[in-house]
Amino acid sequence: MMTPSRRRKARIAETTARMLLGSMALIVVGIALFVVGYIVYRGAGALDWQFLTDVPRNRGREGGIFPVVIGTVWVVGGTAAFALPVGILAGVYLSEYAPKGFATRAVRLAITNMAGVPSIVYGLFGLAAFVLLAGIGRSILAAALTLACMTLPVVITATEEALRQIPQDLRQASLALGATKFRMIRTVVLPAAAPGIITGSILGLARAAGETAPILFTGAVFQMRRIPDSPLSQFMALPYHIYTQVTSVPEWNPDLVWGTALVLVGGVSLVSVAAATWRAFQRRKIAW
Amino acid sequence: MVTLAAADARAHGAPVAAEQEDLPAEGSFSLRDVSVAYGRDRVIEGVSMDIPPHAVTALIGPSGCGKSTLLRCLNRMNDELGNVRVGGHITLDGQDITGKAIDPVDLRMRVGQVFQRPNPFPMTIFDNVVYGPRTQGIRGRDELQALVEESLRSAALWEEVKKSLKKHAFELSGGQQQRLCIARALATKPEVILMDEPASALDPISTQQIEDTIASLKDDVTIVIVTHNMQQAARISDRTAFMLRESLEEPAHLIEVGETRKMFTNPDDARTESYITGRFG
Amino acid sequence: MVILAAIALFLAINAIRALREAGLDTMLSGTLWYPTSDPGKFGMLPLVLGSLLVTGIALLVSIPVGVGAAVYISEFSRGAVKDVLKSIIEFMAAVPSVVYGLIGVAVLIPLVKDVFSLPSGLTALTGGLILGVMSIPTIVSISEDALHAVPMDLRQGSAALGNTRWQTTFKVTVPSAGSGIFAAMMLGLGRAIGETIAVLMLTGNAAVIPDSVFESVRTMTGTIAAEMGEVVQGGLHYSVLFTVGLVLFVITFGVNLAADLVLERQRKRWRR
Ligand SMILES: Nc1ncnc2c1ncn2[C@@H]1O[C@H](COP(=O)(O)OP(=O)(O)OP(=O)(O)O)[C@@H](O)[C@H]1O
Ligand SMILES: [Mg+2]
Repeated sequence: MMTPSRRRKARIAETTARMLLGSMALIVVGIALFVVGYIVYRGAGALDWQFLTDVPRNRGREGGIFPVVIGTVWVVGGTAAFALPVGILAGVYLSEYAPKGFATRAVRLAITNMAGVPSIVYGLFGLAAFVLLAGIGRSILAAALTLACMTLPVVITATEEALRQIPQDLRQASLALGATKFRMIRTVVLPAAAPGIITGSILGLARAAGETAPILFTGAVFQMRRIPDSPLSQFMALPYHIYTQVTSVPEWNPDLVWGTALVLVGGVSLVSVAAATWRAFQRRKIAW
Repeated sequence: MVTLAAADARAHGAPVAAEQEDLPAEGSFSLRDVSVAYGRDRVIEGVSMDIPPHAVTALIGPSGCGKSTLLRCLNRMNDELGNVRVGGHITLDGQDITGKAIDPVDLRMRVGQVFQRPNPFPMTIFDNVVYGPRTQGIRGRDELQALVEESLRSAALWEEVKKSLKKHAFELSGGQQQRLCIARALATKPEVILMDEPASALDPISTQQIEDTIASLKDDVTIVIVTHNMQQAARISDRTAFMLRESLEEPAHLIEVGETRKMFTNPDDARTESYITGRFG
Repeated sequence: MVILAAIALFLAINAIRALREAGLDTMLSGTLWYPTSDPGKFGMLPLVLGSLLVTGIALLVSIPVGVGAAVYISEFSRGAVKDVLKSIIEFMAAVPSVVYGLIGVAVLIPLVKDVFSLPSGLTALTGGLILGVMSIPTIVSISEDALHAVPMDLRQGSAALGNTRWQTTFKVTVPSAGSGIFAAMMLGLGRAIGETIAVLMLTGNAAVIPDSVFESVRTMTGTIAAEMGEVVQGGLHYSVLFTVGLVLFVITFGVNLAADLVLERQRKRWRR
């Protein structure tokens, strides 16, 4: 039996722990709210139609960010074009075809590990492999390939995760109707897993859109007069624009830089939230 | 070869009614000394029996005695599980269906399966039914439409869904979903349909509907059904096979197989009688 | 796998010249980093120490806050509150590092400067603080996963013995998830040490061995980012920067591998 004093002690410990842990959670919430609030507070003023459609002037201290946005869209599009097909195929292979042995385990481990490689190292890799060795030069293509390598593990993991959710008896039903394994995957498993795969991939791509380090040496430029017109041209990008403004432009215009940050964070979160909501909606529709 | 050609012709929707008369027993299995092991675990051994065409054969026995396992031998679904070894001989209409003798994918077009839990694909009712025919390469819209109606009619679902073929299959009730799965299996025009406890996840009314469906299907296909419900076995089957695994160290054996009426009134084996009357299992 | 091997290979190939001409041990133990003097001095020690110092500060911030928040989210919150907290963590992970850097420039630099009355706010502390914030999401989400994986009946068993929620958490749940939480810290460390842009914007980048957290430091990542733009391709300095990348890669690879192995072992434990 617990003595009253022990029970009181337990209650005090309970309350203290709850408060302490709660305050940690509160700190996190506070930081997050501050981050959002501050970006909006500083950036909202710059946000208008001209800002979004004009080119940067006076080294970015005036004007808008139109080519910067376009550059980011190009690079992310290119990243998707490489990372999605390769990543989805690899994910399907790993979860449906790969023998369950040591080799597969090692590959999985390598993939999770790939996700932890610092982005600047990807930048170095992109410089050495795509820009120089493959001779692509600093360009949208090189940057997209670099970011694709970085996004691949996310796409692969999302694909595997989504495929794991597809019930076994659905696969068996397809096989029992005389479908080959390939047909089963193509007609039943992949369509059912699509929401998970797409959403996971979009989240990965959204993150790629915000990366600076990998595009530093692979194609991003501080300023260019025209909109990129081919995959081999160089480009401006939102994160790189913020970085160069702050570090290389004396008397940078905080309003415009914060506006750029708001566009970047807003875009990334909007796309992520939309993707996550869509997946939740699809899940509710297809409850196993 | 005759059967193969016939199956082929039927698969493509050619009229075969006339031919059907002179075919030797269609959709009949013959099992000789069949054994199955999962890795080192010998699950069933020495099962020899015949499954006659155009009749309902029930497999009964306590849980874990290998009924599902035996059923999966008949359409080679065991192949998909990995570490399974199947021994002995199984023929379908005289043709060996074990080992490399046949492509399991071809076999499964002739031997359909309905599972314990309704498992429609996440697509429309229509697309569910035509999944098998499309796998066989049938593309014609009218032909598919006709197949859908015919299959859904046979599964006693047509009247309920004929106006909503474009509805998502998940909007159906559990019993309707299971009948949809039966229609889906029928659409490939199989000779045999295997059913693994097809009504165990359903309410009594849906169960009744499934049983009625099974009874009406007998004329077209051979049915092998696993059930834990003795009354159900007695109601719907023509023949019954009783399997038993007497201890975990030993594999299960076929204890007795025969006319359902005889099995339920006057079984040869005392163990059959105690199982049916509910003394164990 | 191929890509991972390719990364290692490319780093190594490009680093060869530096390894041959300068030697790995001289580089690793050298205390002077004057890459542009003639001949260049490539002592990486200040960079390595710079990275470790900033990362250390980051972990001092993010481990208590991150693990505490994870325990709270997993054990003391439920329903809508839990969902909201988890979305907030996801949002924090999605904010690009350059934006954290910008916030650091605007808020943290003046703050550190004023509070400690320093001549400049560009210090190891500034970089470490923002890095701490940035590695919180990693630590929270991996720890939370680990706590979540602890079977419910373990908690119920403890509660049935008359333990309060906190006693259960402290005596049963957290120890059971211990290795997962440890892995979370490792991954947080990996994230912090590999972060580039934010630290580059905040630490001032003086390549000297720091005496205190109030001094400017230069990290390995920051060095690569800042100097790669200005070097002669194929030159010695270029190659040395690849060597820095290689060192960074080996460190993060080791840390992540250890964490992954721990996580995998833990997953096996709860799978029955
Ligand atoms: N995929 C598998 N791997 C290993 N062992 C299996 C597998 N499937 C079944 N078994 C084993 O084989 C034995 C027979 O299983 P089976 O599912 O055929 O029994 P059952 O008679 O259908 O049982 P129930 O009536 O419960 O459905 C069981 O002991 C089971 O543990
Ligand atoms: Mg079974």
